[in-house]
Amino acid sequence: MKDEIDNRDERVANLKGLGCSRKRVEDARFTQGKGNYVDDIKLDGMLFGDFVRSPYAHARIKSIDTAAAMEVPGVLAVLTAADLEPLGLHWMPTLAGDKQMVLADGKVLFQGQEVAFVVAEDRFAAADGIELVEVEYEELPVIVDPFESLKSDVVLREDLDPKAPGAHGPRKHPNHIFTWEAGDKAPTEEVIANAEVVATESMYYHRTHPCPLETCGCVASMDKVNGKLTLWGTFQAPHAIRTVVSLISGIEEHNIRVISPDIGGGFGNKVGAYPGYVCSVVASIVTGKPVKWIEDRMDNLMTTAFARDYHMTGKISATKEGKITALHCHVTADHGGFDACADPTKFPAGFMNICTGSYDIPTAYLEVDGVYTNKAPGGVSYRCSFRVTEAVYFIERMIEVLAIELNMDAAELRRINFIKKEQFPYKAALGWEYDSGDYHTAWDKALKAVDYDGLRAEQAQRVADFKAGKTRKLMGIGLSFFTEIVGAGPVKNCDILGLGMFDSCEIRIHPTGSAIARLGTISQGQGHATTFAQILASEIGLPADSITIEEGDTDTAPYGLGTYGSRSTPVAGAATAMAGRKIRAKAQMIAAYLLEVHDNDVEFDVDRFVVKGAPERFKTMKEIAFAAYNQAIPGLEPGLEAVSYYDPPNMTYPFGAYVCVMDIDVDTGVPDIRRFYALDDCGTRINPMIIEGQIHGGLTEALAVALGQEIAYDDMGNVKTGTLMDFFLPTAWEVPNYETDFTVTPSPHHPIGAKGVGESPHVGGVPCFSNAVQDAFRPFGNRHTNMPHDHWRIWRTANELGLHD
Amino acid sequence: MIPASFEYYRPKDMAGVIAILQEHGDEARVLAGGHSLIPMMKLRMAEVPHLIDMQDVGGLSDIEIGPDRVRIGAMVTQSDLIDDAALAKVAPILREAALQIADPQVRYMGTVGGNVANGDPGNDMPGLMQCLDATFVLIGPDGERAVAARDFYEAAYMTAREDEEVLTAVTIPLPKGGYAYEKQKRKIGDYATAAAAVQISKDQNGCSAASIAMTNLSDTPIFSEAAGAALVGTSVDDAALKAAVAAMLNDIDPTEDNRGPIAFKKYVAGVILRRAIERAWSRA
Ligand SMILES: Cc1cc2nc3c(=O)[nH]c(=O)nc-3n(C[C@H](O)[C@H](O)[C@H](O)COP(=O)(O)OP(=O)(O)OC[C@H]3O[C@@H](n4cnc5c(N)ncnc54)[C@H](O)[C@@H]3O)c2cc1C
Repeated sequence: MKDEIDNRDERVANLKGLGCSRKRVEDARFTQGKGNYVDDIKLDGMLFGDFVRSPYAHARIKSIDTAAAMEVPGVLAVLTAADLEPLGLHWMPTLAGDKQMVLADGKVLFQGQEVAFVVAEDRFAAADGIELVEVEYEELPVIVDPFESLKSDVVLREDLDPKAPGAHGPRKHPNHIFTWEAGDKAPTEEVIANAEVVATESMYYHRTHPCPLETCGCVASMDKVNGKLTLWGTFQAPHAIRTVVSLISGIEEHNIRVISPDIGGGFGNKVGAYPGYVCSVVASIVTGKPVKWIEDRMDNLMTTAFARDYHMTGKISATKEGKITALHCHVTADHGGFDACADPTKFPAGFMNICTGSYDIPTAYLEVDGVYTNKAPGGVSYRCSFRVTEAVYFIERMIEVLAIELNMDAAELRRINFIKKEQFPYKAALGWEYDSGDYHTAWDKALKAVDYDGLRAEQAQRVADFKAGKTRKLMGIGLSFFTEIVGAGPVKNCDILGLGMFDSCEIRIHPTGSAIARLGTISQGQGHATTFAQILASEIGLPADSITIEEGDTDTAPYGLGTYGSRSTPVAGAATAMAGRKIRAKAQMIAAYLLEVHDNDVEFDVDRFVVKGAPERFKTMKEIAFAAYNQAIPGLEPGLEAVSYYDPPNMTYPFGAYVCVMDIDVDTGVPDIRRFYALDDCGTRINPMIIEGQIHGGLTEALAVALGQEIAYDDMGNVKTGTLMDFFLPTAWEVPNYETDFTVTPSPHHPIGAKGVGESPHVGGVPCFSNAVQDAFRPFGNRHTNMPHDHWRIWRTANELGLHD
Repeated sequence: MIPASFEYYRPKDMAGVIAILQEHGDEARVLAGGHSLIPMMKLRMAEVPHLIDMQDVGGLSDIEIGPDRVRIGAMVTQSDLIDDAALAKVAPILREAALQIADPQVRYMGTVGGNVANGDPGNDMPGLMQCLDATFVLIGPDGERAVAARDFYEAAYMTAREDEEVLTAVTIPLPKGGYAYEKQKRKIGDYATAAAAVQISKDQNGCSAASIAMTNLSDTPIFSEAAGAALVGTSVDDAALKAAVAAMLNDIDPTEDNRGPIAFKKYVAGVILRRAIERAWSRA
C-alpha cells in the first residue's frame, strides 16, 4: 500500500499523459498497409463516376453529345448540367458566399473544369466513356492575370449582375469579387508620408497546391428503402459537409451520415465541397447504387483547392534607428473562376490581417481585392491557418527589405521591434489580441544556437572569396520569426456557412476503467488518436492506452467544425480537457461517497482521489469507474459520461524562430541547404515526438513551396505543372537534416495551455528558405525576388546581378 | 490515368514477338520495364492496341565482357548495371550514369533496351551510348542488323528502328581513359536540365581522344564531335575548355520548358560540360 502511494512518478508515467513521447497508436495499421481510406471502401454493386473535363480555360459550350459514350459497355449514365438543373444542383454554394458550377452550365471558366459526369460499372469503363463524350466548345479570350482581369471588357462571370454587390460588399468591376479592409487607412498613410525611412516592395506569392498523398474522393450510397444517405469521403470537416449536403439536397440532416475514414493528408485540400461529391450523391440517388468518385493526381493538382496566388505590395516606415512606425499592405488576390476560398465567413482574405507579424507596429492598414480569372477555384489554407502563410511571408520579406533600406542587420531589426513579453495580451493595429509570447527569449536562443555572429563572419569571408574568384558559391543566412493565429475560433467572430467554429468532445468511461472519446475533428495524419488520449489521461487519471479516440462519423461523433488551421488542439483539445474535468467532478463525488467523506475532503492525485491529509485512503479512477456502474449512489445518476462543446475565448498565437544556412551555386542556380534550425513555441507540449514529426513535415512542405512547388499557367490558361514530374514534391533526397528546439509559453486561456503546432513550420519555414536565397545575393544588390526559387530563377537572379561572365 | 484497353501478349521467344509485330505493325509495341511506355499509355499519349510483354523471352538479360567489347542484353535493368562489379571496372561511366537515372524503384524495372529504344530526348542512356560509340543490335523478320548509336536517333521518339524490329542488345567498345557523367536535375526522378557524358584519353602530349554527348538539349541526344575535337591535342586548359563548350553550344538546340528558358539551359549546358570534362580529365 505504501509503495503504491509513494511511486507517484511511476503512476504518472503509466498514464502516458501530457509531455510523453508516446508512440503513435495509428502507426501500427498505417505501416502495415491496414489503413482504411476512401478508395479501400468497396460495396456491393458499387459504380464509379468520373469527369469529362474542359481542355480550355475559357470557352462557351455549344453542345454535348453523350451518345457514343453511352454505347461503351459498362457505361450507365452521363450527367450534364441539364440533368442536374431540375434538381437545382447544377450550381452549388461555396464556402466564400459565391456559387460554383457543379457541371459546366453554358461555359467553362478554367482548364479541367467539370463538364459531364460519366457513371459506369467500373473506373475503366468510365475512363473509356469520358473519351467518347463529344463536347463542342467555342473558345473565349482567356485571362490569367488578375490585374488584366480588372481592366478587361471580358466578363468572366456572366451569371452575376455586374452592378450588384457580392457576398463581401460592393464590386468595382464585373471581374472583381470584393474589397476587404482592416486597420486605419488615413493615419497609416500619414505616418508613412512623414517617416524618416520608408521601404516599398511588391511581391508575388505564387499559386501552389497542398497535394496530399491521397487525392480527394468519396463514396455516396443512397438507401432507397430507408431513405438514408451515407457519404464516405476525404472530408476535413465531416459535420459541415453533412449540413451542406442537407441544405443543398433537401435530404433531412438526420437521414445523412457522413464518414471520414482514414485520410491520407489534407493540408487544406479537403476542406471544401467539390463537384465530385454532389455528382456522386446525385448518381447514387438516380441509380440506387453506391457511387465512388476518386480524383487522379492530375485532377487533384489542376482542379481542387489551390493555395496562395497573392500579389502583395507593402510599405513599411521606420525611424532612422529602425523602430517601425507603420505598415501598409495591398493585396490583389487571384481567386480563379469561382470564389471558393475556405475562410471563416467574415474573413474573405482569411487572417491576412495578422500581417503586422511579431512586431509592435503602432499603425497599419490592409486592403485586399479579390479577383476572378480563368484559373481553378480554391484558395485554401495549405498547411496554415487562413492566409497566415501569406501574411508571415509578407512581413518577413518587408523586414528584410527595410533592413536593406536602413543598412542594418535583419536580426537586430527584428529584435528592436518585437512585441515585448510584458506587452501581452497585445492588441495589434489590425485588430487581433495576441494572447501570449516571449519573442526576445526565443530569438536570442535561436541566434545563439546557430552562432549567428560566426555565420555572418563566414558569409563576409565568402563574399570576399567570391569577389576574388576563389569560389563560385555564395552563402545565404535565412531568418524568420513568425507568429501564427490558430484555433478558429471564437464563435462571436468565426463561422463557416453560419456554423460557429466551436468544437466538441464526448467521453464515455466504461465500467472496467477504460474509455472512448469522440471528437468533432478528424485526423488526417496528425495523430489525434494518440495526443487526445494523452490530454484525457492527464485529466481523468486513466492510462492513454486505455482510451480510444474516435472521429469522423457524424452519426456517433458530436458536432464539430473539423480539422484545419491548427484548430484541433486549441478547440477540440480544449473541449477534451473540459469534458474530462466534468468526468473528474462526478468522479470526485463518487470517490467521496465510497470513502465516506464530504466531497470537498477528497482531492485528485494523478490517477485517484485521496482523502486530504490521509493519502493511504484513496479510490483509483478505475475503482470509481466501476462504482459508477454498480453502486446506487444517492443523488447521483449512474454512469460516467460527459460532453463538452468549447467556444474558445480567443485564438492561440504559437510563434517560432527559424534560421536556414544555404550555399548557392551561382552558375547552375542549385541551392544546398547546409543547416536548418527551428525553434517552436506551441505552449504546453502534449507529445514532443509528434511535435517534432509535425515540424519536419511542415518544413518540408515549406521547402517545397519556397524552392519550386507551383501551379503555373501559360497565357492560354493551360496548367503547366499538372503532374509530379513538374510539380515539386520533395523526397528524402531533397530534404536536409532539421534541428528542432523549443521554448514554452503556455496559452493563458486554453485549459491546458496548448496552442497548436502542425502548421507553424510551414508558416515560418517558407520565408526562412526564401530569405536564405535572397540573403545570399544581398551583398550584390538584391532586394527581392519572387518565389519559387527553382534553379533557373536563382540563376536569373545571379545573371541579372551580373554574376555570370 | 487509365489506359485505353489493349490486347496483352506474352510470347516465349523472339520469333513469337516478331510474328505479332508483323501482324499488327505500328499498332503493336513491345513492353520492357514499362516505365516510359505505361505512363504514356495512362496519359493516353500512346495508344497501343497490342502490347507484347518481353519478360518471358529468354537470353536478353546478360552482361558479357569480352576482350574488346561489352555486350549488354536489352532486358538488363538499370539496377543490374549498377550492381555489376565487373562492368563497373571496365566501363565505370555506365554505373555513374545509371545512378543518376530516376530513383531505385524505377531502376529496378527500367531496362537498357527500353531506355535507348524509347527515343525520348530526356533519357540519359542514348547520349551516353553515343559518347561510348555503342552499337545497337536489332532483330526483325529479315534477321539481325547493327546500327551505330550515333546514327540511331532521328527526332523525338523517331529512331532508325523499324516497327517490326526489336532491339536485342547494345555492344560497346571497351572505353578508355577518364570518364564522367554529369547531370543537373531539379529533383530525384527528374529528367536532365542538362547532362553531359564525357570519355577522355591522355598521352604525353595531352589529350589524345575525347568523346562528348549531351542529353535533353535537343530533340535527340547530341554527339558533339566538334566539342571532343576541341580538346584533342590540348592540355585541357581553360582555353580548350572554352573551345569545347563553344563547339557544343553550336550543336545543341534546347527548347524552353518548366526547367527554364533557352538562355538558362545553354548556360547550364556549358557549366555541366565543363565540370564533366574536368572530372573526366582528372580521372584520365
Ligand atoms: C519517375 C520516372 C523518372 C524517370 N527518370 C529518368 C531519368 O532521369 N533518366 C532516364 O533516362 N530515364 C528516366 N525514366 C525512364 C526510365 O528509365 C524508363 O525505364 C526507360 O526510359 C524505359 O525503359 P523501360 O524498360 O521501362 O521501357 P518501356 O517503358 O517498357 O518501353 C519504352 C519504349 O521502348 C520500346 N522498347 C522497349 N524495349 C524495347 C526493345 N528491346 N526493342 C525495341 N523497343 C523497345 C517500347 O515499345 C516503348 O516504346 C524515368 C521514369 C520514371 C517513371
